[in-house]
Amino acid sequence: MAERSNSEEVKLLGMWASPFSRRIEIALTLKGVSYEFLEQDITNKSSLLLQLNPVNKMIPVLVHNGKPISESLVILEYIDETWRDNPILPQDPYERTMARFWSKFVDEQIYVTAMKVVGKTGKERDAVVEATRDLLMFLEKELVGKDFLGGKSLGFVDIVATLVAFWLMRTEEIVGVKVVPVEKFPEIHRWVKNLLGNDVIKKCIPPEDEHLKYIRARMEKLNIKSA
Amino acid sequence: MAEKEEDVKLLGFWASPFTRRVEMALKLKGVPYEYLEQDIVNKSPLLLQINPVYKKVPVLVHKGNILSESHVILEYIDQIWKNNPILPQDPYEKAMALFWAKFVDEQVGPVAFMSVAKAEKGVEVAIKEAQELFMFLEKEVTGKDFFGGKTIGFLDLVAGSMIPFCLARGWEGMGIDMIPEEKFPELNRWIKNLKEIEIVRECIPPREEQIEHMKKVVERIKSA
Repeated sequence: MAERSNSEEVKLLGMWASPFSRRIEIALTLKGVSYEFLEQDITNKSSLLLQLNPVNKMIPVLVHNGKPISESLVILEYIDETWRDNPILPQDPYERTMARFWSKFVDEQIYVTAMKVVGKTGKERDAVVEATRDLLMFLEKELVGKDFLGGKSLGFVDIVATLVAFWLMRTEEIVGVKVVPVEKFPEIHRWVKNLLGNDVIKKCIPPEDEHLKYIRARMEKLNIKSA
Repeated sequence: MAEKEEDVKLLGFWASPFTRRVEMALKLKGVPYEYLEQDIVNKSPLLLQINPVYKKVPVLVHKGNILSESHVILEYIDQIWKNNPILPQDPYEKAMALFWAKFVDEQVGPVAFMSVAKAEKGVEVAIKEAQELFMFLEKEVTGKDFFGGKTIGFLDLVAGSMIPFCLARGWEGMGIDMIPEEKFPELNRWIKNLKEIEIVRECIPPREEQIEHMKKVVERIKSA
């Protein structure tokens, strides 16, 4: 009879260009957890995805010992509690809470607002860019005197905020507007360099050329002009 | 009189389920606190200074720590005051509680209230869409006294403050029976169980006032 698979079976349903999927890979890799990655076509959702996440039908979904978990911030907390090496959340209750607060801020405020830049032009776009910059100023201030948002080393908020470093900032070229200019956001630029100095981050972010090609193709499909 | 470091202050709004759930948590753990009612239309300089990011309630102040966002505040409370735990110990159970809580606030709330008030595709369609979401919760609470099991937990505080003691009062004002007993026996049973709990009863907005308040909210949504 074939050997039963390891009881520590970890699967990740994800998508190579999604910041929400990549952050899970960063966390698992940081903790040395081996996992099986199941690339999903989000335009043509598999029955597996629909079965494992019937509520939102979205990636990422982590499956650990047959049990599915969705929502990337919830998954990240689960990972930190289940595999205790290289903790990503701080121990101190207040610091921990602030990490959760800033992560929600990145996803619910920065991301949502920044997305609105795409496809807008003229004054409307200027307004959204302004709004995005106002939000990014909070991160800029958080980074003063720190190597990472997590302090001396990479933490929970850094992992979540890779969305800013390698998605928002990468799309500037394509969208044709510098949302995060270095003169206004020197700390954020310094932080991105620090991130790129980390082997796990370098390994787990989408390769730049392919990523940019993918974004251009998506925008074309949605009939959005790219720079 | 000098302020004690242990002093807990809560800036809130009487009709806000987000504020009420924090009060439930503090009461559940027997934590004394000073409540500071905020005018959310004419925001006080204190509120704007203390929560510059969101400028919203609730805000918890503890030992000089300032915290906002209700789910984040609930997790903090659970970590500091360890009696009567709100979140499950088991990482998977905890993940489920957090997942469903997000679902309640980010999907159920908007779909079961705002969309119904706007009724862009007609009230019947809006109700049907909302009821599909409630079916998930109906399943989750089946066979349990509370979402948290035998006692109330994180999801009970979130869904409890939101559904029966906020949204339901909105539905009443709109003349809508969103979660009828025949369709949602488990959820209705859960609501009955909640009403038996003293700290829940102590922490909910007064019925008539809130129905009036929610009617005004509906007007604002319709005219937006």
